[in-house]
Amino acid sequence: MIRIADVHKRFGALAVLRGVDLALAPGRVTAVVGPNASGKSTLIKCILGLAAPDRGAITLPDGRDVREPTARAAIGYMPQAPRFPENLTGHEVLAMLDALRPDVAPDGTLLERFSLAAQLDKPVRTLSGGTRQKLSAVVAFRYRPQLLVLDEPTAGLDPLATTIFKAAVLAARDAGTSVLLTSHVVGELQAMADDVAFLLDGTIHFAGPVARLLDRTGARSLEEALAALMQAPTDRIPDAALHGDAPQALRVMNGGGA
Amino acid sequence: MTAAIAPVPPNAASRPGAATLARTVAEHQWRDVLRSRWVIAYALVLFAAAELLLRLGGSGPSALVSLLNIVLLLVPLVALVLGSASLYGAREFTELLLAQPIPRRALFVGLWLGLVVPLAGATVLAIALPFAIERAIDADTAPALALFLVVAALLVAAFTSLAFLVAVTVHDRARGLGAAILLWLGLGLVYDGVVLAVATALRDWPMEKPMLAFMLANPIDLARTLLLLRLDVAALMGYTGAVFRMAFGTPAGMGIALVAMLAWVAGPWWFAARAFDRRDF
Repeated sequence: MIRIADVHKRFGALAVLRGVDLALAPGRVTAVVGPNASGKSTLIKCILGLAAPDRGAITLPDGRDVREPTARAAIGYMPQAPRFPENLTGHEVLAMLDALRPDVAPDGTLLERFSLAAQLDKPVRTLSGGTRQKLSAVVAFRYRPQLLVLDEPTAGLDPLATTIFKAAVLAARDAGTSVLLTSHVVGELQAMADDVAFLLDGTIHFAGPVARLLDRTGARSLEEALAALMQAPTDRIPDAALHGDAPQALRVMNGGGA
Repeated sequence: MTAAIAPVPPNAASRPGAATLARTVAEHQWRDVLRSRWVIAYALVLFAAAELLLRLGGSGPSALVSLLNIVLLLVPLVALVLGSASLYGAREFTELLLAQPIPRRALFVGLWLGLVVPLAGATVLAIALPFAIERAIDADTAPALALFLVVAALLVAAFTSLAFLVAVTVHDRARGLGAAILLWLGLGLVYDGVVLAVATALRDWPMEKPMLAFMLANPIDLARTLLLLRLDVAALMGYTGAVFRMAFGTPAGMGIALVAMLAWVAGPWWFAARAFDRRDF
């Protein structure tokens, strides 16, 4: 279990995370959903050790804080907008990352499935957006992480690559990896998410299995349930959010945001 | 999909040390830097300038004096702009690296060396090669050229440190690049004029000590004085340099200036590294 316990994060006057509690179970895909500026990106940055929580902690199953450099050997990260050194080839990028983890034999499965090897002889600057995204996925899965953090992973992937990618996520999950996923594609969440964590104004308002969310909201699909969550929030949601207009509530799945 | 291999709990005992990790980052970074069009263009310009001055100017020492003015403007500009632009441009990749099992300080050292080593190497080669080609390295020139190369490399290091300090502390890319260019304009072009204006305005006061402080406060001034002391061209030294030589004489002055240059590498480096350690990305 990866535990996120009472995590607070403030940027200047803005309290972005206000006591996030969440457990990421092994062998489960947890979709973190929430409107723009709900704190998703900041939560991800805290999990990756890129930002330090003001209060609270994020710990691995063995109890290590993710801010310890060695703890990050357990994490695979696929960012929303991957960029690599422009003048290096894809193979050189992989060689560099491999060298940072000489204690792990890299897993080349996804590289093979994407048939990416031939393209990685070229400098990164000549690669298309989709190919960079595939390279980014390969990096995230390559070191057999205990936790996969996938931030809008399929933006820019073609349908075939998306299919391969989803299969890889589910295979990693079945092998016991904890997966944290954000996506604005509801179908993707539907296909992969076991659990949903609904983040709003820096706190988790719902966390649990998809079935329980459907039950609680009386919705027939995840899409409806998410819309219901965002439009007619539970009693824990502060007044300000209740007065949000409907169009905005419908836009909330458009990803991004702080 | 075949059965995926189960996640592997990291084995902390066999992790490589921070120095190895820093070297890994540096080696890949400098491969990236050496293939950059900008760095290649910079090296070619410097090479052409040195070659031209040698052909036109004749003797080694006089070519060095002319080359000095080019180096004092070009090297800080290139190190400041490339240094800050490379950190800003690599922000997403830096974040990816920060999410890998590498301590922040090791990553910072790797990024810094990854830029300083190829830039200083390109600078030294671009200046030294023409002297070798033109067979201009005689007994008179060799020690001056050696010092020249050391000072050029120190300028690269000092201004890369300053560039990193700017890029790590100023979050916004456009502002950061603006600050880097202002820093170059300030230290490289405006500074001497301001110093002279102050000295003229306050000419009735004893100005020797403030002038020494002025000189130590600008790495470009330091580099100029250091080289002109060696090349023995007091006429080009400017006001601060002349005061400096009167105060310390040549050998001691060179020692002090060299130490001050090193401080200009280490000081901004330390502040930048500390900010990098503490920063939220």
